[in-house]
Amino acid sequence: MKSALIAALLLTAAMPTAAFAQDLGAPIGEDQPVEKVGAEGTQEADEGISFTVTDESAWSDIGIAIPAFATDRERPTPANEAGTGALGREIARVITANLRNNGLFKPVGPDSLPQPAFAAIRAPAYGAWSGQGAEMLVQGYVTARDDGRLVVGCYLYDVQLQQQLVKEGWVVAAADWRRAAHKCSDLIFSRLTGESPFFDSRIAYIAETGPKDRRVKRLAVMDSDGANHRFLTLGSATALTPRYSPDYSKILYLSYVDGNPRIYVYDIGSGRQTLVTENRNPTIAPRWSPDGKHILFSMAVAGNTDIYRIPATGGTATKLTDTPGIDVGGSYSPDGSRIVFESDRSGSQQCYIMNADGTNQKRISFFGGRCATPEWSPRGDQIAFTRIAGDFNVAVMNTSGGGLRVLTRGWQDEAPTWAPNGRIIQFFRTEKNTGRSGIWQVDLTGQNERRLPTPVDASDPAWGPIRP
Amino acid sequence: MNTKLATILLLASASALAACAKKAPDDIPPPPLDTTPTPTPTPRPTTPAGPAVGTQAHFAQAVGSSTTIYFDTDRYNVDTQDAAALQAQAQYFARYPQITFTIEGHADERGTREYNIALGEKRANAAKAYLVSLGVDANRIAVVSYGKERPVALGSDEGSWAQNRRAASVIIN
Repeated sequence: MKSALIAALLLTAAMPTAAFAQDLGAPIGEDQPVEKVGAEGTQEADEGISFTVTDESAWSDIGIAIPAFATDRERPTPANEAGTGALGREIARVITANLRNNGLFKPVGPDSLPQPAFAAIRAPAYGAWSGQGAEMLVQGYVTARDDGRLVVGCYLYDVQLQQQLVKEGWVVAAADWRRAAHKCSDLIFSRLTGESPFFDSRIAYIAETGPKDRRVKRLAVMDSDGANHRFLTLGSATALTPRYSPDYSKILYLSYVDGNPRIYVYDIGSGRQTLVTENRNPTIAPRWSPDGKHILFSMAVAGNTDIYRIPATGGTATKLTDTPGIDVGGSYSPDGSRIVFESDRSGSQQCYIMNADGTNQKRISFFGGRCATPEWSPRGDQIAFTRIAGDFNVAVMNTSGGGLRVLTRGWQDEAPTWAPNGRIIQFFRTEKNTGRSGIWQVDLTGQNERRLPTPVDASDPAWGPIRP
Repeated sequence: MNTKLATILLLASASALAACAKKAPDDIPPPPLDTTPTPTPTPRPTTPAGPAVGTQAHFAQAVGSSTTIYFDTDRYNVDTQDAAALQAQAQYFARYPQITFTIEGHADERGTREYNIALGEKRANAAKAYLVSLGVDANRIAVVSYGKERPVALGSDEGSWAQNRRAASVIIN
């Protein structure tokens, strides 16, 4: 008993040191679930307007009015020091920014609109909104429960048809109020476009500071709109190429914390990490299988890099490629049956597809230039990659290597990652000479490109799936 | 076996000498096109108060610019110029058998991140294999790749990239 106590004390004392040796910051904790509730209302959604947008067609512009969400009674909440009324305005601002930033709609936010009363949320003043030129109207409410949690309701109305199109409600912890705004954005986006949602998702990335020859690279995470930024490592060791697990419980990434490039599995809940495989060889380019049960990685043995697969719970690694060239990266098809990867076995970096067991390896890129960092779309039909032809640009092709479309025109645009709905791609852009980097996103038309706001320079974005 | 090794070492030193004679100081790397000065320690005449054995300074004083070899774009082969530099290194490591060292492989910024780590690994291992073929014990040589993460020349031009595509031998203290 006494010795156990001493051992426990020793362990506790040793922990901060161990955490420092691993370059890890304090754990941020796991995702809290968002509970879905029926939004108050009587009228079920009728079939309103609905259209599907194909890759080639331009998006339509829709004027959407998004006034401040109402509250039944003003109450204090940890989510906003001014109370639930002010929080309702913030929620409408987040939704407005989401819809505007993707270039798809023409939203008008709460700061230039009249504020509807709580009673009007389910009975909108159609005439007044129609007079303001709004085609669509988003209204909602926020109420604070006695347990501190928030209930947020979200309604979408067609002003011309004077009809409710869709409604939903969520119960969230006060700290998760932005998630309700993202869920509402997703509801509107999906109803108006026929596309799958993507706003309520997170991005793992590398935060960069310092001069080009002494760059500090830290593992970091943020919401899809750049909010809720958190550093996960301290910066004493270079961190690179993170990937969220499909259930958001872990992050795979590369760290030089022991002096060599090695892949670690970082557990978000506990803030601890383990090596992906106990091995003296360098391991790079980590990827999850779509079901989260396997990890794909590349390992150099005596200088030669090949692709391996290992169960996420540990065990024996299976070698999938075996050429004298560099075989690296790799990205599963959504059904997990195939893998697209890059190899220089032909003399330069090109993209190849193989079965998940490594059989039937075939080159698919034959369009001139080089093909690197391929990522299979969550929809399954497209592959995004870094096209190297003079400059580095983000491009997409179909899974046979046809239909090449170059989406960006930077000097060095690298490492695409797909939004959960396969409509938008993020990548990082590096400036010539200075080496400054930032995360950008572009839609599949290539027309709507913007830089994501990050507190410091950023690279290696990895978009996680839609949050449960 | 011993005579073979001796022969190799003799040949190695001969070619290293030849290489030294052939090479003007600062022959490699190619002159940078930008204005960033390359900090090259000027080799001093041997004085009793020189750097101690087992330091990088001592190694650099002994072999000059041969601490580092350079590669063409996307290549990892040891060319004749690299071979001369590695022979100078092998001579030094034969003279100081207690010294262990790391070969750091690097790539220029004009490659994707993961590929560049794999490429740097290949470059460092090519240098290691050459040194081992010259008789340096493989157990004395560690290898690490930094890909494009640690450039020495900071411009975005051919001259800077040529300096960054390198495998540098660094003494472990």
